[in-house]
Amino acid sequence: MTKLLEIRDLHKRYGATEVLKGVDCDMAKGDVVCVIGSSGSGKTTMLRCINMLEEFQGGTIRINDEEIGYETVGGMRRRKREREIARQRLLTGMAFQQFNLFPHLTALDNVTLGLIKVKKLSRAEARTIAERWLERVGLLARKDHYPGQLSGGQQQRVAIARAIAMNPLLMLFDEVTSALDPELVNEVLQVIKDLARDGMSMLIVTHEMRFAYEVANRVIFMNQGRIGEEGDPREMFVTPKTERLAEFLKTSTFR
Amino acid sequence: MELGPFLNELWIVRYILLEGLWRTVSISLLAIVAGSLLGVLVGLALTYGALPLRWLMRGYTDFIRGTPVLVLVLASYYMLSTIGLQLNPFEAGVLALAVFCSSHVGEMLRGALQAIPRGQTEAAKVIGLTFHQAFIYVLAPQAIRHVLPTWVNTAAEMVKASTLLSIIGVGELLLTTQEIISRTFMSLPFYFFAGALYFVVNYGIERFGKYVERRTTIPS
Amino acid sequence: MGYTLNFDAVWRSFDRLLAGLGLSLMLAIVAIAIGCVIGLVVAFALRSPSGLLRRPAGLYVTVIRNTPILVLVLFTYFALPQLGVRLDKINSFIATLAIYSGAYLAEVFRAGLIAVPPGLREAGLAIGLTEMQIRTSITLPVMLRNVLPALSSTFISLFKDTSLAAAIAVPELTFEARKINVETFRVVETWIVASCLYVATCTVLAALMRRIERRLAILR
Repeated sequence: MTKLLEIRDLHKRYGATEVLKGVDCDMAKGDVVCVIGSSGSGKTTMLRCINMLEEFQGGTIRINDEEIGYETVGGMRRRKREREIARQRLLTGMAFQQFNLFPHLTALDNVTLGLIKVKKLSRAEARTIAERWLERVGLLARKDHYPGQLSGGQQQRVAIARAIAMNPLLMLFDEVTSALDPELVNEVLQVIKDLARDGMSMLIVTHEMRFAYEVANRVIFMNQGRIGEEGDPREMFVTPKTERLAEFLKTSTFR
Repeated sequence: MELGPFLNELWIVRYILLEGLWRTVSISLLAIVAGSLLGVLVGLALTYGALPLRWLMRGYTDFIRGTPVLVLVLASYYMLSTIGLQLNPFEAGVLALAVFCSSHVGEMLRGALQAIPRGQTEAAKVIGLTFHQAFIYVLAPQAIRHVLPTWVNTAAEMVKASTLLSIIGVGELLLTTQEIISRTFMSLPFYFFAGALYFVVNYGIERFGKYVERRTTIPS
Repeated sequence: MGYTLNFDAVWRSFDRLLAGLGLSLMLAIVAIAIGCVIGLVVAFALRSPSGLLRRPAGLYVTVIRNTPILVLVLFTYFALPQLGVRLDKINSFIATLAIYSGAYLAEVFRAGLIAVPPGLREAGLAIGLTEMQIRTSITLPVMLRNVLPALSSTFISLFKDTSLAAAIAVPELTFEARKINVETFRVVETWIVASCLYVATCTVLAALMRRIERRLAILR
């Protein structure tokens, strides 16, 4: 069976500082993987390399056996063309910490924009799909609201609908609850849990330990640009093998 | 276009041009000084004045700001002598620019004073300062820092607006240039030269404004 | 001070003032339309990583902003023909005003572009939009809504700047007012009426723009 995601020896530098020092990661279809670790450990950067929001200097990322972002021509590694990268970004969908909804478009239009401009669907088709997903995240009634008229939790749910409506193979979640008021966190996590139950493949960077414990079938602990430990959350959280993880879990809150 | 004849002419008229430049500078200086003094009063009245005074000042600033500066200059020049106030073109022009300047400074000051959070006044009251003390030690210093860079740029606006006085016959830099052109027919190089002089003066003011902005920013 | 107001002569010429006002508005509208195109191109150039685009764009903005507009008007009309660029009065003035406003609008648009959160571009990339699609569907519309207030005040000050067309005898409002002033000697009345026309137009324009702003405002 081909892997959904295969990351090999991923290296990423900002100038002289190396933030990813050789990361490997595999995911099969239907996997829900949570990435935990302290800030600056490189977990968000890894996520952003997968859809080429960040360039990376070494290693390969493959989705369904297709190499992402770079190709090797005559022994030279070079960035793929912008159009090709734009097409590859459709293999994944992403939800951001800051939602990044388009402020000048209604909730519905936020979701239909990509369907119309990228997938070239008709307005009516796009609308049908968008309404279905807005209903899934419980916001069909708010479809004509602008982002500024929605709460943070509602905005994040629209942002998730926007990403999923593009029908990606793999969903990337980048600390999607970190910018939310505590009382709004659960509605967003619930949406993600529902998606997990439906068999959506997801890679989730999060600080919510209880959520990771409940939803993930595998957890990756990142530490200083490397994978410190990975495995089943039920084992990892109870009996961490490394000092680092034990230390990290001690300072994290399980709510 | 030959450069030689132009440089030759430029050498001949150097003192006339300098005199024009000096008049431009003095018009701008007078306008900014008088206008700012007047503007501070306008700004204070707009912020703290009793309601009728505030309305009056609002009317004044809105009317001045809604009128083109050229119309102010022409009106000042033609109108004041008609109603018996004998001003020469220079005085009428400076008056118009000062009035123009005062409305801008007034607005600026009002904006800056009102941008100071209410909590500042309350905190000043709580430690027992009177309104005057609060204004002098708390509000004014903050407002001035806020206003100073923009105020410096108003000086550049005045230099630019001073060209309008050429239309009522004040022999500042632009009118001097036009007179030279009407004699030499070298419109291209002389307009270009005048433009360059204005640019140098204004660019200097702009840089100074940036410098002031850096210096007055409250560290945070 | 034996001056008694008598508006009869001005009312008789009122249609000429109105025609002048119409021309003023036309000049401002055409100029800002062209100026917006220039400003947009220059704003993107100012944000470009390539110095080959950024430096000339920066030079253009700095030079225009520091040169008095009257000098630009006279230069375009009187000096450029010597280089073979011959435009009639109105076109020459529109060209000047467009180039002049382009520099100010470039700054406005640049600030607007900076204010668009970079996350929006990333979100666009993540759903597979190309850079060009992001620019047209996201960056531009968000930026335009951000800059609308600045855009409307630029337009209003541009409308006032059309008074400078009087200097090259374009029959707009200021030129007509000055003619009526000279013909009728009803000096005070003429300038009061002319100023009021400017102020009223500015007020109406500002109200119109505010309505558009409210229509298009991004709700927060």
